[in-house]
Amino acid sequence: MTTPLLQAHGIVKNYGHVQALRGADFAVQAGEVVALIGDNGAGKSTLVKVLAGVTHPDGGEIRFSGRVVSLPSPTAARAMGIETVYQDLALAPDLDPAANLFLGRELVRPGLLGRLGFLDKSAMAERTRTAFAEMGAGVQSDTAPVGSLSGGQRQSIAVGRAAAWASKVVFMDEPTAALGVVQAGKVLELIRRVRDSGVAVVLISHNMPQVFEIADRIEVLRLGRRVARYRPAEVSMEDVVGAMTGAVVQEEVS
Amino acid sequence: MSATAPKPAPAVEAPAASAGASERRRRAVRLATDSTALIFVALLVLLAIFSALKPGAFATVNNLRNISIAAAPLLVLGVGMTFVIITAGIDLSVGSVLVFSGVIAVKVMTALGNSGWGVVVVGTVAAMLTGLAWGLVNGALIAKARIPALIVTLGTLGAGLGGAQLITGGVNLRGVPRELVTVVGVGRLFGVVPWLVAVALVVTVVGAVALRMTRFGRYTFAIGSNAEAARRVGINVDRHLIKVYALSGMLAGLAGMISLARFTNTTIAGHSTDNLQAIAAVVIGGTSLFGGVGTILGTVVGVFIPAVLQNGFVILRVQPFWQEVAVGVVLIAAVYVDQLKRRARDRL
Ligand SMILES: Nc1ncnc2c1ncn2[C@@H]1O[C@H](COP(=O)(O)OP(=O)(O)OP(=O)(O)O)[C@@H](O)[C@H]1O
Ligand SMILES: [Mg+2]
Repeated sequence: MTTPLLQAHGIVKNYGHVQALRGADFAVQAGEVVALIGDNGAGKSTLVKVLAGVTHPDGGEIRFSGRVVSLPSPTAARAMGIETVYQDLALAPDLDPAANLFLGRELVRPGLLGRLGFLDKSAMAERTRTAFAEMGAGVQSDTAPVGSLSGGQRQSIAVGRAAAWASKVVFMDEPTAALGVVQAGKVLELIRRVRDSGVAVVLISHNMPQVFEIADRIEVLRLGRRVARYRPAEVSMEDVVGAMTGAVVQEEVS
Repeated sequence: MSATAPKPAPAVEAPAASAGASERRRRAVRLATDSTALIFVALLVLLAIFSALKPGAFATVNNLRNISIAAAPLLVLGVGMTFVIITAGIDLSVGSVLVFSGVIAVKVMTALGNSGWGVVVVGTVAAMLTGLAWGLVNGALIAKARIPALIVTLGTLGAGLGGAQLITGGVNLRGVPRELVTVVGVGRLFGVVPWLVAVALVVTVVGAVALRMTRFGRYTFAIGSNAEAARRVGINVDRHLIKVYALSGMLAGLAGMISLARFTNTTIAGHSTDNLQAIAAVVIGGTSLFGGVGTILGTVVGVFIPAVLQNGFVILRVQPFWQEVAVGVVLIAAVYVDQLKRRARDRL
């Protein structure tokens, strides 16, 4: 096996007395879709936040292209090409879709005005239109605040934002939770396209048929540890669910 | 990635706007969001009523000038307060910072001989730097020590006023340069616009441009809308909050100088309700106490509604206490409308 693009080893994270992660391992290769699954509270979102630079682990090691790295901030992760769709979406509800897409990476006017921080709103609106071009309906290029959109539309904006900026890895924490069947299908299609462009996709989902449909590999988290790794073609849904609930333990933990 | 533009992305299709209902709701929300327009109409109605009742006394250039002069310091405070409230914060200390900065400015100008434009400029810089320092203290305690803004600025409200009284022994300092009073205090730009009003106008325009058109303004909205989201996209939320409170403090310092020019002394006891007046103006102007929403133009209107009421009641010989009652009612109504808007949006 080649060196994983992003690799976590023995990640520990405690919240007071709650041990969210107890030595979790994780790995993803460039250009593959890995499904990260586990029961509620298994630590999936916490692991994602650690690998996105939002949360600082109490222990463990993160490697990017084989080199040990630290992710002190989301900016550090983003600079490495790591983007995230958070479970809570992390959108600013009072801002419009373009402002959310460019949040923290605003385009400024050329020259002196730009140095004074003047925004190039028309350029951002224009690129938002292109970035969301295939989104149909045109809702995304609207100037309505994101908070006035439907849950599904908001989720689409968060997914679109991450996909638009990611160059190496994109984490998607339950990106289809608020979506109907058709919309969820679109997200899966998007995930395939992102993967085919060489970006690694980490999908968190409780929807097993969806996981089996899209994932190249499956990693199972239970009680803050990775307990199993599978290839969907070589395993049954029952076995995977068994690993999630503790009936099957594949990886011995030290 | 070099982070200048999103690559033409593989994207996900948005749900077709589900039927007319959500479209209608959205339009209703957006109309209500334009409360700045509504409140502006309210101001025009007020002006029309007073003009109709007392055309000879109210609707004169001189009277409008008086209203504007009275509103000028509040407008300067209101601009800073708008930024603060859009971050979902509050600054109760502005009145005390105004007084404290005025005291420092008088001390500095007196030490320099109290005459000449150079002294006025140095005094203004001293006042603004003093206000800035108070603002930095507020911001650092709020952003870094994570003490609620209400408590921090309540504390600096007391400390600032107490400090001003300690420095002066509780007696108002007089003695400001003649130029400050005769030119800035009562003079007019081009013989038309009072200097105090001109200064407030410049602050207002710069504030409005910064809020609407710059990254600084964008971050102010983003933090008030969802601070955690701002943090996760790499915005330095703490540093930005400190800047916003520093701005509010600095403008309070400038307002202190305006007050000196107008009253020729430090008016230590005269600013205990400036903070509430500024907050009321901002909120009446449609800026949301919940953060994320607001305009400087709204604040301008919110400053002028109480000022016009006050002036109009005096001219009509209505007891001026009614003004305070009216402003209180308008303030509560404004917050109620804000709540309704928010509920309409979040119901989705
Ligand atoms: N900020 C926090 N403060 C305290 N406890 C936390 C925090 N974040 C997570 N936890 C705890 O850590 C554990 C793991 O949470 P996490 O959100 O990572 O689970 P999850 O696998 O994403 O679950 P779900 O499928 O429900 O999203 C839970 O017990 C949770 O209560
Ligand atoms: Mg989760």
